[in-house]
Amino acid sequence: MASGNAGLSPAFTLGPAPRRLIRTEAWVIPPLLVVAGVFLYPIVLILRQALSDDAGHFSFSQPLSVFRTAAFWSALEHTIEIALAASAGCIVLGLALALVLSFVGFPGSRFIARLIETFVALPTFLVALAFTFIYGSAGMLNEGLIAGLGLKSAPIDFLYSPWGVILAEITVYTPFVLRPLLAAFSLIDSAQIEVAGSLGARAGQIIREIILPAALPALLAGGSLCLLLTVNEFGVVLFIGAKGVITLPLMVYDKAIQEFDYPTACVVAIVNIILSLGLYSLYRVLLARLGGRRAGLD
Amino acid sequence: MPIRRNGTRPRARKLMSVATDSLGAAIAAPAFVRAGEIGSGVSFRDVTVTYGATTVLEGLNLEVEPGEILALIGPSGSGKTTALRVVAGFIKPSRGRVSIGDEDVTSLPPYARGLGMVVQNYALFPHMRVDQNVAFGLRAQNASRELIASRIDDCLAIVGMSKYARRYPAELSGGQQQRVAIARALAIRPRVLLLDEPLSALDAQIRRNMVEELARLHRDLPNLTVLYVTHDQSEALTLADRIAIMKDGRLNAFGPSRRLYHSPPSRFAAEFLGRANLLPVTVEGYEAGTELARTRFAGRVLLARPSPATSTGAKALLCVRPHAIRRAEASDANAFAGTVASVLWQGEAHHVTLDANGTVLRFAVSPVEDPPRVGADLWVSFPAEDATLIPEDANG
Repeated sequence: MASGNAGLSPAFTLGPAPRRLIRTEAWVIPPLLVVAGVFLYPIVLILRQALSDDAGHFSFSQPLSVFRTAAFWSALEHTIEIALAASAGCIVLGLALALVLSFVGFPGSRFIARLIETFVALPTFLVALAFTFIYGSAGMLNEGLIAGLGLKSAPIDFLYSPWGVILAEITVYTPFVLRPLLAAFSLIDSAQIEVAGSLGARAGQIIREIILPAALPALLAGGSLCLLLTVNEFGVVLFIGAKGVITLPLMVYDKAIQEFDYPTACVVAIVNIILSLGLYSLYRVLLARLGGRRAGLD
Repeated sequence: MPIRRNGTRPRARKLMSVATDSLGAAIAAPAFVRAGEIGSGVSFRDVTVTYGATTVLEGLNLEVEPGEILALIGPSGSGKTTALRVVAGFIKPSRGRVSIGDEDVTSLPPYARGLGMVVQNYALFPHMRVDQNVAFGLRAQNASRELIASRIDDCLAIVGMSKYARRYPAELSGGQQQRVAIARALAIRPRVLLLDEPLSALDAQIRRNMVEELARLHRDLPNLTVLYVTHDQSEALTLADRIAIMKDGRLNAFGPSRRLYHSPPSRFAAEFLGRANLLPVTVEGYEAGTELARTRFAGRVLLARPSPATSTGAKALLCVRPHAIRRAEASDANAFAGTVASVLWQGEAHHVTLDANGTVLRFAVSPVEDPPRVGADLWVSFPAEDATLIPEDANG
């Protein structure tokens, strides 16, 4: 048998590959320059400011002095507490809403889902403003209760406590859990749920053993996103103005804008960044070790 | 031991959508079949399902006997899967009642019916190992660990999957996954096993093997009542004791498989249940001295088994299966002539298409015989006992 090229005229034989004007690897440079200029360079400046003494030399004196203040640790504690509580609330509320919207057939469920999703598009301070109108000391609820019950002072005052911030953040960020969960639930084979039911499983077991394992990556993704966003939340905390509730982002704002204490603001900002990156890394590890395997994705 | 939580009547409560009715929450006590105990029958009484103005199942009356395999067959949209889902409890009928054994289950949620179900795409739980899948229903019934362990062993052995117990579904082939799905359904000792197109996702070779395995399974578990939904008539004929043919949401034909195949009551039943040659004939009466009907086709007398619905002088269709037709001589009984339209060799036989007086017939010629030539005139005949009459207006 003749070889594959035997019948080809010289015009059709393969020659050397044409030289490319730009090597493929070079395409990485423009986006890298953009990322470096827009994102990395400002962080480097913040880092440099945080790790310099008054003479501009490298030093840990500034971070150490910040870490010795009670205000820093209080802000860190508030940040973590509020973020964890708000994320847990988002997960619980988002899961409950997603289950109802996906598996309970009622007219208008799609409309409700879309309505909740629109919260993503709204600025976060708007929710805080709405909360002030509803739950504030001069809000609808307190005014109604004062008028109705003849009270002398506003009976509901949780809004200006960490609970107010947590509730507002849950309202703002629940759609970030709801959306991936609705998508994950829509991918669950309804035959699995039906077969589970025919085998004798009831709602609790089906949710626990069929639905949640399948939706775990989405739940982790949504929950982690909430955690990241709530750790860095600024608008809601500032707008509600809860007494004594200072979080890391708010502390950065106070130090930089109100006190012009840039070195301290930069140290706190670096801690905030490390916290965010740590949470993101944890999310990736959890997703790889737990979510992927249990969902049969790896 | 049967798995029984308590003796209370299940409390029906529609909590969620029809498709996920099983997510309801109520106390239930499925009555599972004891080992060796006769299975339960299923009874449809005037079962009707409508969605708005559309009726997808109309007035279905059907009895599935305990321990039998009943195949529900029909084309897409005929209502066969709807009927099965009514039994499973995923669809509540608009009218009529469904009973399993002596119990009216029309209002019971799926988890309280004590049924095993196997679906086309297996619906194995992907995050559970094979043994965990099989144990799922037993755990749902709070069965003891010892019982669960022994049932896993038994059921995986029945389907030949014992050595795959620690694998995940994604690590199994389609046929193996379907075996696991069957084991999972059998593990709860169901009152009725519902099979919804269980072999449709498998390739032809594996499907043939699985049909044989299902037949063996029923020989091993003869008390198991099986409601088998399929669009594949060969699966139905191989497995089912009786066949119900659905068309447009109604029961078109029903009877023992062999009788339905050899004496279809309607044109639709004849054509859906295997290939059928339908010759338009005129009924002339009974053949003297026999119980056969005497008919006339293209000037020739053809004898066939009569139908109660045909009468002398009426037009009718003479149904004869391809395998009953043989090459013949003009002088032979039940012989008629036609022109060979095509000859296709398909390995095990030559498939011949014959144009007889404008009616197209198909039959097979053994590969050891010389195939007829296209365009040639050919005489064929068939045994009168292998042909049956269908009223011409019984189009289904």
